[in-house]
Parts: sequence; C-alpha cells; structure tokens
Amino acid sequence: MSMAGTDQTWLRRNRMTVTPLLFLLPGVLFFVVYVITPIFQSFGISFYRWDGLGEATYVGLANYEELLTDRNFEVSLWNNVKWLALYLLAIPAGLFIALFLNQTVAGIRLYKSLFFFPFVLSQVVVGLVFSWFYLPREGLLNAILQALGLGTVNILGDPDLATYGIIAAGLWPQTAYCMILYLTGLNAVDPEQVEAGRLDGAKGWKMLWFVILPQLRPATFIAFVVTIIGALRSFDLISVMTNGGPFGSTRVLSFYMFEKALGEYGFRMGYGSAIAVVLFLIMLVFIGYFLWQMWRDERDARRG
Amino acid sequence: MFPKPIQQRSRAAQVAYQSLLPLALVLWLLPLIAVMVFSIRPFADFTQGNYWGVPSSFELFTNYGRVFFESDMPRYLMNSVLITVPTVLGAVALSCMTGFALGIYRFRGNLLIFFMFIAGNFVPFQILMVPVRDLTVGMGLYDTKLGLVLFHIAFQTGFCTLFMRNFIRALPYELIEAARVEGVAEWRIFWFVVLPLMRPAIAALSVLIFTFIWNDYFWALVLTQGPDAQPVTAGITSFNSQFVAQYHLMSAGSIVAAIPPVAIFFLMQRHFIAGLTLGAVK
Repeated sequence: MSMAGTDQTWLRRNRMTVTPLLFLLPGVLFFVVYVITPIFQSFGISFYRWDGLGEATYVGLANYEELLTDRNFEVSLWNNVKWLALYLLAIPAGLFIALFLNQTVAGIRLYKSLFFFPFVLSQVVVGLVFSWFYLPREGLLNAILQALGLGTVNILGDPDLATYGIIAAGLWPQTAYCMILYLTGLNAVDPEQVEAGRLDGAKGWKMLWFVILPQLRPATFIAFVVTIIGALRSFDLISVMTNGGPFGSTRVLSFYMFEKALGEYGFRMGYGSAIAVVLFLIMLVFIGYFLWQMWRDERDARRG
Repeated sequence: MFPKPIQQRSRAAQVAYQSLLPLALVLWLLPLIAVMVFSIRPFADFTQGNYWGVPSSFELFTNYGRVFFESDMPRYLMNSVLITVPTVLGAVALSCMTGFALGIYRFRGNLLIFFMFIAGNFVPFQILMVPVRDLTVGMGLYDTKLGLVLFHIAFQTGFCTLFMRNFIRALPYELIEAARVEGVAEWRIFWFVVLPLMRPAIAALSVLIFTFIWNDYFWALVLTQGPDAQPVTAGITSFNSQFVAQYHLMSAGSIVAAIPPVAIFFLMQRHFIAGLTLGAVK
C-alpha cells in the first residue's frame, strides 16, 4: 500500500470525528468572527473613551459611573420595562385571535393569512403606516375619534403618550406572530382529550384553562421567547416614528446606544458600548432561562 | 377541535360569526387600508383637506409611476435583492452543513456548539454594533453590499443552525445507519441521503430568511450610507425626505418597499408558516 493508502485509512478510521469538524468549520468560523468575538470586544470597548477613529483611552469604569447619573439612560431603561411588560400582551391577544379564527368556514384560510400578514411587513413600513395613522390632521385615527364626537390626540407629539403609541404599533405584527403560533398549536390539540373534557362537563374557560392551554405549552414558550426578544430589540419603530423624541421620551436602550455611538451627538463608542453591555446583561437573564428550558427538553428527549 | 365548531351552534351564531369575520379583518388592517387609500389619491386632495372622503380622482398609475421613475427607489430595491438573495444562499448552505454535523454525529462539545449558536442568535444587535462596524470598515467593506451580506450570513447561521439541526434530528436515523453499513462515505451520506430529505426545511428557511433580511433596517443604517449599497428599508427614509409631506407618494413608496416579502409570503405560505412555527407543536 502507498502513502495515500495509509492516509485514507487514517481518515476512514477517524471519519466520525473529522467529518463533523469539517462540516462545522465554515459556519462556526463565520459565527465566531461576527457574533461571538464582538460580544467580548464590546465589553472591552466599554472601558475606554473612543471616538471610533483616533486613539482609545482607558477610563476604567468611568462610562458605567456616568450611566448612573445619566437621566436619558434612566428614561430609556424605564421605557424598556414598559416595552417588556406591554409587549407580552401580544401573547393573550394572539391566542384570542387564534381561537376566533380556529373554525372551518368558507374562506377561513384567506382570513388567517390576512390576519397574519402584518408580520411580513418590515418594521420600517409598520412604523410609517402607524405614524400616518396617528397624524393629528391627516390621520385616520383622529378622523374616527372626531366622527365619534371625541377630541383629537397627537399621540406621537405627546411625551406621555408617544411610547405607548409606538408599542401599540409593535404589538400589531407581534400579535400576528403569536396568533400563527397558537393556530398551529390548536391544530395539534388532541381531539380525544377535548372530548373527554366535554364528557366531564368542562366548557368554555374551564376547558381552555385545564385542557387546551396545557397542550399549547410549546406554542406559549416560543411566543414568550420571540416576544421578549422582540421587545428588547425594538429599534426600527422608534427610529422611524419619533427618532427618540419628543424630548427624548421614547428612547429605549437599543436606540440610545445607537444615538450615542453613531448618532448626530458624536461618536462615543465607549459609552455606547457600556449601554449595550447593560442591555446585553438584561437579555442574558432571559437567554439563560430559554437555554435552560431547551437543555431540559434535550435531556428529556434523550431519555425518552 | 377547540373552540366548538361553529357548524354545531345555532343558525344565529353562525350568521353572527360570518359577518363578524370581515368586520374584524377590516378593523385589524385599518392602518394599512388607510395607507393604500392614500397612495391612490391625487395631491390636490391633501391640499384641500379631503383626506377621508371619496378621492377626487384615482391616481394609481401616476403615483406609483413617479415612485419608479422619479426617485432612487428602483436602485434601492435592486440593492435589497442583491443583499437578500446571496444572504439566503449563504446562510442556508452553511446551516445545512452545521445542522448535519450537530444533528447526526455524537462528539464532545456537540451540545455546547449548538447552544452557542442559539445564544448568539438571541443577543441584542447593539452589543455587536461597534466591533462589527469596525471590522467591516477595516476590511474596506463599509458601504458595500458585500459587507452587509457577510454579516447577515454569519448572524443568520445561528437561527438556521437551530432550525436545521432540529429538523435533521427528526429524520429517521436508520437511513444513515443503513448507508454506513453499505460503506457509503460520510460526505456522500450528506449529499445523497440527508440533503434530499432536507428540501422542505431548505424551502421554509429560505422564505423566512428572505423576509428577515429584506426587512432589516438596523444593520443597513450601521453598515451602509448611500444609494450605492443601501437596501430599500433604509432608502425609504431618503425617499421620504425627497417627497416631504406628499403623503400620496410616500404611501406608494412604502407599499412598493413592502411588496416583495409580502408576495413571497403569499406565494410560499405553507413553507413560511411551517418554518415559523417549527417547535410550536411537540
């Protein structure tokens, strides 16, 4: 046998290790370079003062100390809490619409897709659509309010209302997403259990709570994951609808970070990174929880 | 089936349900319908304050024609296509491979690598922003489509790997074992046994990633700046500053920007929803 022959046997002997390694290599390489490494780099940059071009100066924890007294940071953080809490409404709202549409009448498939389709629009378009909907003079919302004999509101111009107006816009596609998750889940509900529940006299709410919802748990889990991620990623809508205003009242951490690092107020990469780190740590709590849940599923699947 | 099929209820309930459906739909899509109505109005309607009455004339072709012939919109649309399609190809190709490796083989660190992909997929974009921008500038790819494509491929590989790996896990493992007994090389198992079975997953992912990338706005802002490379989501801002307060044109413009993913969704609905709801059922 020649050298090539022994090479081949080495490869053949170790093929169960070499093959997955080769198959993983390009994907892992891309992911490490563009996603994993930047996370650590951002942690590093947050200890520096840096305009993105010149020399970076090490400032220790100064950026984080500044955050503690930064009023805008406080507003952004508080708005993130509002986003998180109110965005979760998409889950019950989605379930409600799914229950409403889970019938077999003529044309129901088209209804389902039309109810779902706001999710396919980009957030930029959703933002534009809603900012025109809210326009004080030309907007349809005020036209309706006036027709009903109510006064007009300028939602996006009012610092107390603007954030809620944006969240409402965000809830539109997010509810559609949760709806489609639940429609799929409802499709797979075990008819025998429903029948058994009926025989036991369970109806309406009781049936929903004790028989249906437990079977929808996987759908609820995914709805929860995507809604939390969506709430903390909110950026496009704010940028398009109010650009952080009026008077900075609609900023959230993701938006404030961008403003500090690349916005018109100058290139403060270090300070921006410090904000990003805070946002990341908040997200990490949820990521940890999601991963723990998925890991439990994996373990159960292996035993099962 | 839950709730109880409407056919088993009273005639009145059925009629109520049937009439409630279109009403609910109109309410649900109201903001969008408003924009569609805006986009076919003449400019005169806005100056005369006729926002919600019957349009004085229908200007469908004039308005949409101006979007296509008097603005940079076609260029932005083209950029979006040239960013989205390569990203879909790249991310799907990479994740077929990673999904195969993680779904078929048992080795130390398998679950760890898999969880790295999932976790990375959830991080806020802002924690990546400064270093990724720096890297892109450093490679001379700032304000190029390629710079955006490379990042998108890398980031989407996280979600795609999660998707592909779980899909491959659900395939009958006996097929692979049978092929191994026959002495088929591992890469041939990937190419001739697994890949053909992954077709539905590939279709679902392609449609999903197309929509995600087409709709991306944040990275377009961070990595590009002009009509040379900007996709339509970012371009629409400059479009809107070209036609300030001309709501008929701005409406038409945003509808044009939204059409490609909407068309893909309606054409490939089954795949799209299959992809989106993977894991919603056990």
